[in-house]
Amino acid sequence: MQFKNLLGAATALALFATTPALAQTITIATVNNGDMIRMQGYTDQFTADTGIKVEWVTLEENVLRQRVTTDITTKGGQFDIMTIGMYETPIWGANGWLVPLNDLSAEYDVDDILPAMRGGLSHDGTLYAAPFYGESSMVMYRTDLMKKAGLEMPTAPTWEFIRKAAIAMTDRASDVNGVCLRGKAGWGEGGAFITVTANSFGARWFDEDWNAQFDQPEWAAALNFYVDLMKQAGPPGYSTNGFNENLSLFQQGKCGMWIDATVAASFVTNPKDSSVADKVGFALAPDTGLGKRSNWLWAWALAIPAGTKQEAAAKTFIEWATSKEYIELVAAKEGWANVPPGARTSLYANPEYQKVSFAKMTLDSINAADPTNPTVKPVPYVGIQFVAIPEFAGIATEVSQEFSAAYAGQQSVEDALAKAQALTNDAMEAAGYR
Amino acid sequence: MATQHARSAARLMMAPAVVLLLGWMLVPLTMTLYFSFTKYLPLRGDSLDRGLDWVGFANYARFLGSSSFWPSVQATLIIVGGVLIVTVVLGILLAILLDQPFWGQGIVRLLVIAPFFVMPTVSALVWKNMFMDPVNGILAHLWRFFGAQPVSWLSDASVQSIVLIVSWQWLPFATLILLTAIQSLNSEQLEAAEMDGASPLERFWHIVLPHLSRAITIVVLIQTIFLLSIFAEIFVTTGGAFGTRTLTYLIFQRVVDSQNIGLGSAGGVYAIILANIVAFFLMRIVGSNLDR
Repeated sequence: MQFKNLLGAATALALFATTPALAQTITIATVNNGDMIRMQGYTDQFTADTGIKVEWVTLEENVLRQRVTTDITTKGGQFDIMTIGMYETPIWGANGWLVPLNDLSAEYDVDDILPAMRGGLSHDGTLYAAPFYGESSMVMYRTDLMKKAGLEMPTAPTWEFIRKAAIAMTDRASDVNGVCLRGKAGWGEGGAFITVTANSFGARWFDEDWNAQFDQPEWAAALNFYVDLMKQAGPPGYSTNGFNENLSLFQQGKCGMWIDATVAASFVTNPKDSSVADKVGFALAPDTGLGKRSNWLWAWALAIPAGTKQEAAAKTFIEWATSKEYIELVAAKEGWANVPPGARTSLYANPEYQKVSFAKMTLDSINAADPTNPTVKPVPYVGIQFVAIPEFAGIATEVSQEFSAAYAGQQSVEDALAKAQALTNDAMEAAGYR
Repeated sequence: MATQHARSAARLMMAPAVVLLLGWMLVPLTMTLYFSFTKYLPLRGDSLDRGLDWVGFANYARFLGSSSFWPSVQATLIIVGGVLIVTVVLGILLAILLDQPFWGQGIVRLLVIAPFFVMPTVSALVWKNMFMDPVNGILAHLWRFFGAQPVSWLSDASVQSIVLIVSWQWLPFATLILLTAIQSLNSEQLEAAEMDGASPLERFWHIVLPHLSRAITIVVLIQTIFLLSIFAEIFVTTGGAFGTRTLTYLIFQRVVDSQNIGLGSAGGVYAIILANIVAFFLMRIVGSNLDR
């Protein structure tokens, strides 16, 4: 009797174990940003429509990069879809590691993707990743504090104005810092910010022969300006602040201005999370009159690693998640301000979306960024806040660590630049560029 | 006494375990050694299937010649040394304290041991966000309460902060080992010394501390082995900036950020050498304690 029971239980177990294998399950690696988390909430709807189950692996930005890079280079095959950015896509596409997305359905309307995004996510004209959302960077500022300081924010400010306003808004006694900017080490964090700032000061990472340019006066000017500005008007400990740290500072009302990703606009204007939701204005990222503004271009996009056994299911998911219908779904449930921005032309043509306070500034910022021509002087590379070569992530992480040490006052700006110059040239030599 | 036959049977039966353990150690070690002599850049399309180019000692020369190498060795030694000093000194004091009979001893002992069960990543995050954050951290509030300017711990006192976080985690381990050692101390000896007029400090110095020397040796050795490879605390808090890039972290950056497996493997071999040097000196310094 007991044996029979056991047998029955075993059979039931076996049956139970085989059922999920019949229904398709795809595994998706993604980043822990607000829009991605929101998408996970709608996964049930996707499963109900298509019968494809979705398993999420949600990671912090740096960890995600490491995990997916390791997986793709070792052909680990852990993921059917990876969330990657504009830096990885062209490099991986060129290596043949991604499934080309050149056969998407007609309803998907691939021509609707913003040209800047499509260009950045393609290699040799072939799209390798579909943008879930796109972003540039812009100035977000507190309208009430600006008024109190007796100033008016122009739509296209200069760095000089930002400095003046930041100092005027700073009130350390009541915990208000004029400006919150990224200083955290890491190429995608503080490294990205200082690179675009340097771009607007006329600096560049490399000259036409791939020589590092940190010994040039433009870099010194940019870095000194930044350190000086943060000393006078930045929050304490800014050398460890990245996107999330600054977001929470701004939402708590502790920043007068914040220059960061356009996607943050929907978070700081959301009354549920932000104590200053109704007092936020927007402006283009600042410049110094040299012709380049300090705004970047980035997209978080979904790509399929070559060799996955679930290619068809993965494509179905990508078409769903980056479609116009998904945007409408989010708009219907949570309002237009909360849809993933920056990916599709049609979104910005939509009169409903145009009513959103930050819609126009986001589009203008994206359009002001040109990855193929990012700097004042000519460069041999593509990319604004990054250089699209495989060695860049390693180099820029070390460079930004040197910079962060300078922000923290552990070394002078000159020392940091000298070290950056040496280690960059060293790494470029090792990689065979020089 | 075992016969010749029984002994060979025993060897035979132990063989699978020995072979498994050897393989467990030798396979990764051999691969690391092999990679360290090759050019292995996965993002440039190098892979094992296609075969790797042999480059001799180029990776070793490059790793040693890089401007970040010596600072990283220095950072490693400072952090390991700092944690060892803090945990051993505080561990002895705590062990003596916990050895005294007092009300609620059981619960207090449990609480003292608790940090050891917290995952390194979690404890580092808690320290970073809830204690050391210069705006919202408890310490910042404390500083402001007394009218002082909050300290940005992780950038201004980065190495000390890491030592603090890691020490907090390893203190229970030291306390636990030292406490059991103290409990094994014959109380009659102490009473006799007291009757002979030895002051508490003298009793500690001449009886308790020599008795503990063996336990201290074990604490130092075991902790050194684990501390040489601390990673999570640095990864979560400073990301290797502000002079906290240890050798382990530098290797991680070479392999994962720069995607240069050959160079990272060469660094791994250096780390093995460094660990052996440290272990050698430690053994010499404390070895006499173990012999007794």
